[in-house]
Amino acid sequence: MSAASQPSPAPLLRVEGLRRAFGGLVAVDGLSFTVNPGEIVGLLGPNGSGKTTALNLISGALAPDAGWVVLDGRDVARLPAHRLARLGIGRTFQLVRVLSGLSLEENVVAGLAFGREPAWGAEARHRAAALLEQVGLSGRGTQPAGTLTYGDGKRLELARALALSPRLLLLDEWLAGLNPTELRGGIALIASLRDAGCTVLMVEHVMDAIRALADRCVVMNAGRPIAEGPPAAVLADRAVIAAYLGDDDAGG
Amino acid sequence: MLEADALSVSYGRHRALDDVSLSVSRGEIVVVLGANGAGKSTLLKALAGLVRPAPGGRIAMDGRDIGGIPAHRVVESGLALVPEGRGVFGAMTVRENLLLGAYPTRARDGEAVRLETVLALFPRLTERMGQAVRTMSGGEQQMVAIGRALMSAPAVLALDEPSLGLSPLMVGELFRALARIRAGGTGILLVEQNARRSLAIADRGLVLEGGRVVGRGAAAELAADPAVQRAYLGAAGKAA
Repeated sequence: MSAASQPSPAPLLRVEGLRRAFGGLVAVDGLSFTVNPGEIVGLLGPNGSGKTTALNLISGALAPDAGWVVLDGRDVARLPAHRLARLGIGRTFQLVRVLSGLSLEENVVAGLAFGREPAWGAEARHRAAALLEQVGLSGRGTQPAGTLTYGDGKRLELARALALSPRLLLLDEWLAGLNPTELRGGIALIASLRDAGCTVLMVEHVMDAIRALADRCVVMNAGRPIAEGPPAAVLADRAVIAAYLGDDDAGG
Repeated sequence: MLEADALSVSYGRHRALDDVSLSVSRGEIVVVLGANGAGKSTLLKALAGLVRPAPGGRIAMDGRDIGGIPAHRVVESGLALVPEGRGVFGAMTVRENLLLGAYPTRARDGEAVRLETVLALFPRLTERMGQAVRTMSGGEQQMVAIGRALMSAPAVLALDEPSLGLSPLMVGELFRALARIRAGGTGILLVEQNARRSLAIADRGLVLEGGRVVGRGAAAELAADPAVQRAYLGAAGKAA
């Protein structure tokens, strides 16, 4: 489908003509883009432009009205979320959705049971401890998840998503609400996931993080893509500034 | 207007807030800075009557003690909270959510005028008045949550990370809206991770760490404080 002049690797994810309406509101309307293996792609756009709906369509939380979601050459649109988890799509949520009645360890163990490399029992607990350490929740496995702060809840969600051994990780504003120190740590953590071979599609409003991490960005407005390219180019685009950034965050 | 003195909150054996005092006057923005887990949300919840402060502390609105009274009576006293995670009523429409905000007795007169004010702040909501809130995007739901709090005619508006989930353009509009709300005489208590922007519009600020106040002062002084710059404004105070 792509008319790129240079040879590019087969995309890990190809979204083609994706459409989803809620009643009269077309939330996603003809969305197409690709994510190559090992890439970090930022999905940007104003509030209500359809970013989270796009993630919901890719992760199987919603079925599209039309279009394809092709993972590694296979159309996976309309597959339920648990099948997609097995195939290697993991995600986090904008408003944290941890299993609040369970401990941190149990949350991650639940993820491990549904992933590409499932584990149970002692092995699962061992891997859960390592995943909690990886996201900065070391030694807190027995704590009830319902007692976590917002920021730590997001860390736990990431550990649970990583428990799937995902090939494609979808992050919905995972870096929102962090102070600059925490943000630096969060950016380093996402970079380390990429370096370990994980491909990332991230919805994010924190432009410092997009500039630091994203190889490419896709910008949506009113359900449609309005710009695509490297962060520096996209964030200087007049249409993107008008619809999304405003003058304060443009340029630099 | 709002005064809190020696406020402490414990969750089980964990002391989330320890001997915190603050005040918010008419037409003033006070910002609370701190890392995740520093006690900022707990502070707002204690003020709003959502968690019970430990004995010995005092919360007063216009000199009247409101410590330990239920949340709906706190709203009636003039303190409204925009909670973290929005807390909107998803099955109800935008209009219903906003009008519910005007339910307190103090807010019933002038409801129509305030609805206009809210829609002027967030014009996006005008086109969405009949839409069920759960079908809206996260950022739009955030606008509903802020609008609903404003509908209660608060003397003091407390906001827990209101910029969360808003696009850069909307964040700019939000901070301009907060300045306009202050200009109307409302006091604002603001918990924000966007320290640069919040210090730029705030009059005063305080810094929480491990549940305790470790710094307080004029917003300009805090913005120039090297420790605050390191912790909350990014390396060398340059990152936005």
